[in-house]
Formats: sequence, C-alpha cells, structure tokens
Amino acid sequence: MNRRLGKHLGLLCLLLAVGLLFACSRKEEDTPKKGGYASIIIAGSTSVQPFAEKLAEIYMVKNPNTVVNVQGGGSTAGIRAAQSGIANIGTSSRNLHPEEKGLFEIPIAFDGIAVIVNPKNPINNLSTETLRAIYAGKILNWKGLNGVDHRITTITREEGSGTRGAFEELVMEKLEIDPGCIVQDSNGAVRELVATDPYAIGYISIGLVNKQVKAVALDGVAPSVKAVKEKRYRFFRPFLFLTKKKPSGLTLHFICFVLSPEGQRILAKEGLIPASIIHGESDLCRQQTSKEEKN
Amino acid sequence: MSAADIKRREKLIQRIFLVIAFSSLFSLFLIALFIFVEGLPMIWKVGLKDFLLSTRWAPTKGHFGIFAMIVSSFWVTIGALLFGGPLGLMCSIFLVEFASPKVRAIIKPALELLAGIPSVVYGFLGVVYLVPLVRDYLGGPGLSLLTSCIILGIMILPTVISISVDSLVAVPDSYREAAFSLGATRWQATHMVTVHAAKSGIITALVLGMGRAVGETMAVIMIAGNALKIPLSPLDPIRTMTSNIALEMGYASGLHRQALFATGIVLFFFVMALNLIATAFARRKRLK
Repeated sequence: MNRRLGKHLGLLCLLLAVGLLFACSRKEEDTPKKGGYASIIIAGSTSVQPFAEKLAEIYMVKNPNTVVNVQGGGSTAGIRAAQSGIANIGTSSRNLHPEEKGLFEIPIAFDGIAVIVNPKNPINNLSTETLRAIYAGKILNWKGLNGVDHRITTITREEGSGTRGAFEELVMEKLEIDPGCIVQDSNGAVRELVATDPYAIGYISIGLVNKQVKAVALDGVAPSVKAVKEKRYRFFRPFLFLTKKKPSGLTLHFICFVLSPEGQRILAKEGLIPASIIHGESDLCRQQTSKEEKN
Repeated sequence: MSAADIKRREKLIQRIFLVIAFSSLFSLFLIALFIFVEGLPMIWKVGLKDFLLSTRWAPTKGHFGIFAMIVSSFWVTIGALLFGGPLGLMCSIFLVEFASPKVRAIIKPALELLAGIPSVVYGFLGVVYLVPLVRDYLGGPGLSLLTSCIILGIMILPTVISISVDSLVAVPDSYREAAFSLGATRWQATHMVTVHAAKSGIITALVLGMGRAVGETMAVIMIAGNALKIPLSPLDPIRTMTSNIALEMGYASGLHRQALFATGIVLFFFVMALNLIATAFARRKRLK
C-alpha cells in the first residue's frame, strides 16, 4: 500500500518536472536571441490588428531573421503600451486625446466608418443630426424616418473601443451615446446582428461592409473608399502607429515597409485608404530609403 | 524498514498532501487579495454610494455606477432559477423515483455531456436560434433578459440535477416503504415524503445553480445585449457584472481598470453569500 503510494508520488513529481522543463523551454523560445533574430512587438487596437498581422506576415517573409509579434488589446491599451514601452509600436484606431499626446504618431492608413442597416430597411440616407438623435436615444422609432412603425435597435461598441471613440468624435459631438443601446464587442458582432435584425442600426469599418448589410449614405454621401479619398465623406479615422520616441532600428524599418508603396498597396487591397492621400508623403523614411539605396 | 521509518514516512506524505490541499486555499486567498487591492482604492475614491447605487456607467467620462448591472445580475439569476429550477428538480425526481435503469443509463451520461459543453457554444446557439425567435414572436431586440434566463436555465441544469439526485438517493428506502405501507401511491410518496426529506439538499442544489448563473460570462455577453439600463421588461437588453468585466477588460486602464476589479469585489460578495447559504442548508441536513 505504502509502496504504491510512493510510486504514485514519484510519478507526480516526474510529471511536474516534465511540466517545468516544458515551461522553461517555452520561455527561452519567446525571448529573442542575440544575433539570431530580432523581434518587435506591436500591440493595441483590435481594428488595426488584422491589417498589422497581414503586414507583419509579409514583412517576415521578406526579412527572414526578424519576428514581428502582433497583439490586440484595444486602442487605449495600445497607447498605454507605447507610453510605457511594453510594445515597440502601439496602435490606435482613433485620434489621441489631449492628455495622451507626447507620443510619436505615424498614420499608416485611414479607415472610413459606415453606418449600416438591414438590407430590408428601406432607408438609404441619414443626416448627421438624425443619426446623432438616434444614438442619443431621442429618436426611438423608425416611423418618422422610413414609415415602418417599429422600435429602432441601436447597436454600439463597448466603452474604450477605437471605433466607438471615433464615432463619438465624428457624430455625437457633445452628446452621449444612450446607455440603452445594445453593446457588441467587435465589428463582426455588430454586422452579424444588423444582418439578422431588420430594425437594427450599427456602425463598422467601411472595409468590413458586405452584402449581408446595407451601408446608408450620410448627409447624402454614400460611404466608399473613393468618397473618403475625394474628401466628400467625412466619417473616417486614422490608424495610428505610436512609438515612445522617434523610431529607429527594426521598428523604423518595419514602419517604413508599411509606408512604402508596397505596404500601402497591401492596405488598400484590404479596403483601407492609404495614408499619403490625406497626409502627403512622410519624410520619416526618406533617410532610410537613401541609406538602402547606398547599400 | 522499521516501524519508526514507516511512521516517519507516513507523516511526511501526510504533510505533502496537506501542503497541496492548502495550495488551493492559498490561490483563493491570493485572488481575493488582488481584487481587493486593485479595486478598493477606486471605491474609496468614488464613494461606495456612487459606485453601488448610481446607474451611470461611463468610465471614460468618470462615471462608475454599477447599480443597473447589480439589478440585471439579480434578475438574470432569479430568471435562470425559474427556468432551470423546476426543470432540474423534476428531472432528478424522475431519475431517482420513476426511471427504469435502462432509461437512467441514457439520461445520466447525456446530462454529464450537457455539463461539458463550453459556454460559448450555448451563447452561439442562443444568438443564432433563440434570439431571432424571441425577436420575431415576442418583440424587442431579441438580445434580452428573457433569452439569457432561458439559456442560463439550461446551463445550470447539470449542477441542479446532479446535486438534487444525490440528495434524493440519500433518502433511506425505509421512508418510502413506510409511505407505501400507509397506502400511498408512488407519486404521493415522492412529493409528500421523499422530496420533503431531501429538501435541504434540493435547496443547496438550487443555490449552487444560482452561483453558476451569476458567474456565467461568455454566453451572457453574446445573448444579453449588454445595454447599461435597468431592465423594465423581460424583453429589454441587460448587462451583468461578469459581462461588464469581460467586455471592457481589454480596453480598460487606470481608474476604469480599478472599477472593473471593484465590480469583481461585488461579485465576490454575491457568490460568497450564495455559497454560505448553500453550506448552511447542507449542514442543517447533516445535523438532522
């Protein structure tokens, strides 16, 4: 009896030891080896994340021996991560608040925000004032808007989300979003709900609008990449890369890849608006490119 | 090996197990410590009254009232109990008193399977099937208190059933035989004698089911709508305390983060109260 117990304990210890061994080896893998390969961490906005992942993937293929880790967390977390230096690059899908300034801001692209309704909804156009009144909880019924006598299901994003932050800034001005609004925690969830609920209204990135939902025109302008480029559609926000100091080394190299014609083409293919169209060429990478040419 | 050696070894093994047993207690202590350390300063700053009794939650603008969420958590728990309680109780009575061994052999493993389904699957099924049903036939946005109660009612079934089955099985057969000898039918014996004798165990089952309902997060985020208002009808969307934490955790920093930990403190007391009630009932049964 005693011996068997001892055997079991021995087995347990063995398992623990193996577990520890694994834990150790994992940890070693995570830290970059000197001279082996270099790595940078990008963290922040969940709206920027899929695009950053795509860019990182292509960058790593072109530059073996580099590792670009892309993490989520949200715009606010991305700003914090850049401030504290936890991440080499923090990402944000909204403009920085006055108290968050002081970081090095690099807009990598712009993203339009589209207001979407169910395809069955006859409405095609909304004025900013009406949209604001709907989200402030002052218009509760579709009747005055499209004739259908039914309560509006208003869908918003969670507190802290960059998309919500941008929507508040662009549409709500000083009013607050009504607490009775339904809250969903991703662009995809908002789209899914609008696609299934004929009385719903929500807002998502232009690049994510598909056939399941209908994007309405705001103040007479239909949302499209083209309309943003021509500066007719004013509901867009920047996708920002944030660094604590002026970027250098691998961080700069990656940022310059993102701002290069190739990087910008990748972003445009995913439905974003290239940064250069609105902000003009950035001179951050001029030195870098000339240096590369010399090499 | 001498007798003293064996004795010493026995002692050592006992100690090892004691340490291992205490490690779970230790982690509970650490969890409690951390949520209090992180959350209390915020309650101190905002004030207990403004934190617990205000319905205005806008952390980025400096408002931290969780009253609407406390009310929502309360209602969703009661609602889940209304759906899951009777269903679970009847199911366990059937399993113990009426089912043939063959039927029992099918139902019991099925129930265990129900317990093993991840909550995100319940949430997904809720969004895809139940939400449109509620929206089309009862009105409202579909993401609502009612939908959450139904889904949570199903999710607490395994907890309610397994514990009330145990307490019904524990009722000595002599009780039933005595009832039969007085001419009682099977049903009369069940509801007049057996269920009565197992009462404290059944209440424990219901209270633990409530604990499960309060704590459920993922499924509730998906089907409750997460609106920040006190629900005025079962068709209104709600946000519970747990879903508030999970929803905003990724974005929170500073005071906002502390406020989420403080929400955790309230939940901690909520669940602790439920567990104390459950143990109190369980103890009463043993004293009898």
